[in-house]
Amino acid sequence: MSRPRERRTNRPTRWWSGAGLAAMAALPVLVLGVFFVLPVAGMVGRGFFSSGSLDVGGVLEVLGRPRVHRVVWFTVWSSTAATALTVGLGLPVTYVLHRLRFPGRRLLRGFVLMPFVMPTVVVGVAFRTLLTPTGLLGGLHLDGTPVAIIAAMVFFNLAVVVRTVGALWEGVDRRREEAAAALGASPVQVLRTVTLPALLPGIVAAAGIVFLFCATSFGIVLTLGGLRYSTVETEIYLLTTQFLDLRAASALSVLQLVVVALLLYVAQRTGSGDPQVLDRTAERESSRRPRRGDASAVLVTAVVLLFLAAPLGTLVLRSLHRGGGWTLANYRALTTRGEGGALLVPVSQALDNSWRVAVDATLLAMVLGILVAAVVSARPGGRLGRRALAVLDGVFMLPLGVSAVTLGFGFLITLDRPPLDLRSSAYLVPIAQALVALPLVVRTLAPVLRSVDPRQRQAAASLGASPVRVALTVDLPALWRPLLAATGFAFAVSLGEFGATSFLARPERPTLPVEIYQLVSRPGEQNVGMALAASVVLGVLTAGVMVLVERLRTPPVGRW
Amino acid sequence: MLEVRNATVAFEGASAPAVDHVDLDLPAGDVLAVLGPSGSGKSTLLRAVAGLEPLATGSVKYDGRDLARVPTHRRGFALMFQDGQLFPHHSVAGNVGYALRLRHAPSAVVARRVGELLALVGLPGFGDRSITGLSGGERQRVALARALAVEPRLLLLDEPLSALDRGMRERLAHDLRDILVAAGTTALLVTHDQEEAFAVADRMALMRAGRVVQAGTVEEVWRAPADAEAARFLGYATVLVGPAASLLLAAGGGRGRSGGPADGRDAVALRRSALRVAAGGPLRGRVLASRPTPGAARLTVVVDGVGEVHAVAEPGTVPPAVGEEVHLVVDLTRTAPLREDGADGRTS
Repeated sequence: MSRPRERRTNRPTRWWSGAGLAAMAALPVLVLGVFFVLPVAGMVGRGFFSSGSLDVGGVLEVLGRPRVHRVVWFTVWSSTAATALTVGLGLPVTYVLHRLRFPGRRLLRGFVLMPFVMPTVVVGVAFRTLLTPTGLLGGLHLDGTPVAIIAAMVFFNLAVVVRTVGALWEGVDRRREEAAAALGASPVQVLRTVTLPALLPGIVAAAGIVFLFCATSFGIVLTLGGLRYSTVETEIYLLTTQFLDLRAASALSVLQLVVVALLLYVAQRTGSGDPQVLDRTAERESSRRPRRGDASAVLVTAVVLLFLAAPLGTLVLRSLHRGGGWTLANYRALTTRGEGGALLVPVSQALDNSWRVAVDATLLAMVLGILVAAVVSARPGGRLGRRALAVLDGVFMLPLGVSAVTLGFGFLITLDRPPLDLRSSAYLVPIAQALVALPLVVRTLAPVLRSVDPRQRQAAASLGASPVRVALTVDLPALWRPLLAATGFAFAVSLGEFGATSFLARPERPTLPVEIYQLVSRPGEQNVGMALAASVVLGVLTAGVMVLVERLRTPPVGRW
Repeated sequence: MLEVRNATVAFEGASAPAVDHVDLDLPAGDVLAVLGPSGSGKSTLLRAVAGLEPLATGSVKYDGRDLARVPTHRRGFALMFQDGQLFPHHSVAGNVGYALRLRHAPSAVVARRVGELLALVGLPGFGDRSITGLSGGERQRVALARALAVEPRLLLLDEPLSALDRGMRERLAHDLRDILVAAGTTALLVTHDQEEAFAVADRMALMRAGRVVQAGTVEEVWRAPADAEAARFLGYATVLVGPAASLLLAAGGGRGRSGGPADGRDAVALRRSALRVAAGGPLRGRVLASRPTPGAARLTVVVDGVGEVHAVAEPGTVPPAVGEEVHLVVDLTRTAPLREDGADGRTS
C-alpha cells in the first residue's frame, strides 16, 4: 500500500496546467481580493491611521489597556482548556466510532458531527437553557461562568477531532498494531508506541483547528458570557457596536489577524505531510467488534454522547413549554413580532430570508471552492509553482480563522463608496457567508482531488480518453459525493452564520440567527420561548441538511 | 512444540469457516510451511495461532499449555507480515530494538543486540537509516530482525517474501532459511508460493478451502501429492488419471498403485521433464507446440493413448518442429504417484 507513493511521478498530469491554473485561480483571487483582503485591510487601516497619518502609538495604547489584557488572557486560557478537553474526550470517541463495529455506529457518527454545524447561537441558547437556574443542570450554578463557555466550545468542536482523527485512524493498518502486539506490546503500549505516533499529525492538525475555532468563537461567547466574559472576538463586536471605539476594535482585529495567520502557518507546516494517495480498490475493514478491553473508551463515549444530547434535548423540551404547561404556543408565535414588538419582522419572515441567503451563499461558495480546490490540488512541476500553490492554499484558509466580525465590520467600512457601494445590496450577506464557508468547501474537496492516484488519469488517457473525459470518468466519480457533502456544509454554515451577518444584515431583512440573538437579549417569557422555538427550527433545518450529507457516505478523507 | 488441534475459525456472515477443523504439529526448531492458494484460510490459521482471531472450536497449545486465554502480547511469539509493517516513525534501529525497549532492556544492551541482528540479516550499519529509504528486500530483512530480537518461542511469517521481485525473493529465501537454522528458531510460514516453501521449510502442510489436505516433511509431500489439485499446486506440470496414467507408468517400467503392474486405475503427476524426446522411446506422439528455452526446448505433444502432455527435447539437439512425429521416454524419477485420484479425471 505504501509502494504507489514512491513510484508516483510528480509531473503535472492534469489537463489544466500553467496558464490554465492561473486562469482558474483568477476569479477566486479577485473575489478574495475585493471581499476579503480589502475589507480586512480597511479595518486594519482604521486602526493604524487616524486623520490621515500613521498612528502606531494609538494601537499600542489600546493593547496596553487592562481590560484588553483580561480579554486576551481569557481568550487564550479558555480556548486552551477547551482544546485540551476536546482532544482528550474526542480521542476515545473517535476510537469507538471509527475502530469498533456495532449496530447504530453510522447513526452515532452522524449525531456526533451534528453539533459542529449547529448555529453557534443555537448552541449558546441550548446551553443557557440547560444551565439556567430553573434548567436541568441549574443546580450546578454554571450559568454565566467560564465553565459554561468552555463546555459549549467542547460541544461544538468534538466533531472536528472525531472527523479529522477518525479518517486517519481508519487508515492505520491494524496489522501494524498486531505486529507490535505479537512482539510483546500490551494494548496500552501498542497505543502509546504505534497508534498515537501514527495519529499525531491528525491530532495536531485537529487541535490547531479546534483552538482556532475556540479562540474566534463569537455566538457562543456572546450568548453565554454576556458582558462579563469577553473574548477578543466578542470584544471587537462590543467595541464597535456598543462603545463605537473603532480604533480599539481595529487594533484587536490586527492582533487577532496576526495570531491566526501565525497559527495557520504552523498548522500548514505540521499538517502538510505528503498527500495521501488512496487505493480505493483495496479498502480493508479496519474495525472490529468491541472487546472487554474497550470498556473504558465505550464508557467515555457514552458520557460524551449524553453531554452532546443534553443541551439539544433540553432545548427541544423547553421550546414546547410555556407557563407551566406543554404547548405549541412558542412555535405559533413565530409568525408574530414577539412580545412588545421585539422584532422588526416575524421569525417566519427571517427564516425565509435565511433560506434565500443560504442558497446564494452556497452557490457562490461552491463555484469558488471548486476552482480553488482544483488549483491547490494540482501538482505543478517547478519549485516556484509549488510554492505559489502552497501560499494560495494558505491564503484561502485565512477566512477560516479571521474573525467573522472583523470581516463583517470591514465590509461596512470599505464597501460603502463607489464603485463598490454595496451597503444596501442584498448580496453583501451571501458574499460574506460564502467567504466564511469557502475554507470548509476547499478542505472537503482538495484532499479528495489529491487522493486520486495520478496513474489512474494516466491510465485513462492512455486508453484514449480526452482530458475532459478523464475528468468525467476518473475525477468526477471520486468527487461527486464530496461535492454534495461540501454543498451541504456550505449551506449549513450559511444558515447558522452569525458573526459577519450580525453586522451586515439590514434591520428589515434579518436572518434567523440574528433574530434568535435579538430574542434572547430581550426580556419577556414569550421572547425567550420564541428564541427556543426558533433555535429548534434552525437546528432541525441544519441537522436535516447534515443528515442528507451523511447519508451520502462521504469517504473518510476530508480534512478541515 | 506447537500443537493445533481441531481448530476452526468462522467469520460472521461467511458461508463456510475460514479454517475448518485443522490439526497441525510443529516440533521445536523446525520450520513448517503452510502452503495454499489465496483464500485457503492459511493466513487466518496463522492469525489464530498468534491469538489475533478467536477459535470457534479446538485449541492451540505451546509446550503443552493451552493458549486460549493468553493474549497475543503474552504468547512470546513474533509475527512478520508480507509488507513488513515497519513503524514509519522509527529508524531501522528503532524498529529492530522495539521489542527490547518494551522490556526495558538497558540501552547499551539494545544497541549491541540491534547491531548483531542487523549483521545477521545482512544489513550491518543500517541502524540510523530511515524506513522510507529502504528497498522492499531491505524492509523485509529489517522486519525479520525486529521479529528475531526477542528470540521468540515461535516465529510466525505471513507470506514474508511474496511482495518481493523474483531475484530478491530467491536470495532472501535462502538467507531466511540460514538465519532461522542458525538461530534455531521454530517458525510457522504461510505462503502461496511452493518455491518459497521448499526453500525455507522442513515440513509442509497443504491447505485448501480451510482444511489441511496433506502434511508431512517437504520431501514426503513432494514425493507423493495427495491428489491432482495438490500436485498441480506443488508445481507438477501434468496430472494423468486412469488408463492414460497406467500406460505411461508401464512405458516407464513402473508399477501401478496396487504394487503390481499398472492396471488402468492409477494416477500420476508429471514434471515437465518427465517425458523426453528420444529415438526409439516407447511412447509416440505428434508435436503441437514447441518453445526454445535456455535449458531444454519445451514441447506440447499429443501422445497416442495418453493425450496432451508436456515434454522436453534434450539440450543440444535440434528441437522437433510442430506437427512432427516424435518418440518419448519416461523418466520415473520425475513423476509422482498420487495417493488419491483427482475428482476431475485427466487434467493438465
